[in-house]
Amino acid sequence: MALDDLYRDVILDHYAHPRNRGRLDPRDITAEGANPLCGDELTLFVRLDGDRVAAIRFEGRGCSISQASASMMTEAVAGKTLEEVRALVDAFRAMMHGGAPAAALGDLVALQGVRKFPVRVKCATLPWVTLEQGLDDAAAGRPATTVTTDTRE
Amino acid sequence: MALGPHVRDDFPLLQRHIHGRRLVYLDSAATSQKPRAVLDALLRYYQESNANVHRGIYRIAEEATAAYEAARATVAAFLGAGRPEEVVFTRGTTEALNLVAATWGRTRVGPGDEIVLTEMEHHSNIVPWQLVAAERGARLRYVPVTDEGRLDLEAFDRLLGPRTRIVAVTHQSNVLGTVNPIPRIAERAHAAGAVVVVDAAQSVPHQPVDVRALGADFLAFSGHKMLGPTGTGGLWARYELLEAMPPYHGGGEMIALVEPDRSTYKAPPHKFEAGTPNIADSIALGAAVDYLRAIGLEAVAAHERELTAYTLERLREVPGVRVLGPLDLRDRGGAISFTMDVAHPHDVAQVLDGEGIAVRAGHHCAQLLHRRFGLAASARASLHLYNTTDDIDALVAGLYLVRRVFGRAPHPAADPR
Repeated sequence: MALDDLYRDVILDHYAHPRNRGRLDPRDITAEGANPLCGDELTLFVRLDGDRVAAIRFEGRGCSISQASASMMTEAVAGKTLEEVRALVDAFRAMMHGGAPAAALGDLVALQGVRKFPVRVKCATLPWVTLEQGLDDAAAGRPATTVTTDTRE
Repeated sequence: MALGPHVRDDFPLLQRHIHGRRLVYLDSAATSQKPRAVLDALLRYYQESNANVHRGIYRIAEEATAAYEAARATVAAFLGAGRPEEVVFTRGTTEALNLVAATWGRTRVGPGDEIVLTEMEHHSNIVPWQLVAAERGARLRYVPVTDEGRLDLEAFDRLLGPRTRIVAVTHQSNVLGTVNPIPRIAERAHAAGAVVVVDAAQSVPHQPVDVRALGADFLAFSGHKMLGPTGTGGLWARYELLEAMPPYHGGGEMIALVEPDRSTYKAPPHKFEAGTPNIADSIALGAAVDYLRAIGLEAVAAHERELTAYTLERLREVPGVRVLGPLDLRDRGGAISFTMDVAHPHDVAQVLDGEGIAVRAGHHCAQLLHRRFGLAASARASLHLYNTTDDIDALVAGLYLVRRVFGRAPHPAADPR
């Protein structure tokens, strides 16, 4: 059944045992995202060490896809430079919109199956657009804006 | 069950298989499936009588006009209207409510006036009033919903005052299934000098509705939820109110005489039906009403009542399922929303889809209501005359599958209360 493409074991594992779930203090970036379609809410907390992500955590409520995507994302971006993080965001977005997955995505390739369920793609991209908005806001020195999957994809 | 499983045979779409399984359709609160009689009426109109209405003096134009107005009379009789001219055809409930807001609302509501809504309204009975309130400087007041999922009627009484102009309330909640006591609400509203607008999208398809017995001033309904085509429905209003209202849209069909700077309008309902109306679909809506009346709305209501009881009973046995809204059958219809502690509503609906079961997940256009219960979303199974206990057994088996996929431990992100 096609459902197995969506609920891969690695996704269900991250859903059942989310990594880096919780708040983070002190932190340099707080970013909020929402998916108005399903009411998913996500808050990301990022602590920087120079231009590297020293620590990242998330809170929120939502479906297994958004929660697993957030959990996997925090593992993937921890320790990376902001430039590497942005490249990963682009690579993830490209994969979710039909592109071939970049090698750098690693385990995140498991989320590729979500593409077969178009209404769920935004569940997977929510953590990533939220992170991107948080980086943009921090870089511009402006207060955090809440991103929604209707306004940023 | 009051109705046998043979009813299902009247609905071609329900013969489909999804992912190799018999389709179990449990989303009739969103839209209903259509019996063959409705599909036949659509085809027959286009094959035999397609012509514009109220204009032609040739044979098929006369046939089309007669069939269109006959459908209006059928719908009017179905609702207990005093006369066919009290029914304005619209694209559905949303357009009907916008019509009332943009005509009666904009001309009768002034700065400082109040419009009373309830926390269980669909967005289509909130946003049009927000537009009126913003333009006219009026204030919206909301009747709270109790933990059981019913309107707090004492709070409603206290909200009524000398500034109350309009009370807009749903007859039956599309999320909770709650049936509200419209006669009691109308009596108090009228005593306060307000008119009553009833959103009957979820009641007209499922129970006998008599506009006079309800005491409503305006009542909006959707054809596509009552076995008719999409893009149909209407507004019933007392005729003197329709006469007193300005037009909604301007254009052909709604005018008597057009001069350079002004026009005179036809009498209701045509005053409110500018442009070529949805002729074919409205005629097919008449066929849907004929189909419902042949079965009998009392029988439909009895069937759904028994099936709602069965559904509530079966859902009680599934660990981690919590039903929103009344748990007994008193003043309760067959829209049954629920959450599961192990999975988000979207995941519940996704797993059920894999089993060929169609349920709704999300806020069901009722964000205020979900917020009231501390939720962002819920899953909803909603019933109609073609559903059976087999459908509910499939739903319950599907919910056990959800528990197998997502584990048995409550999940913090699954929208707990």
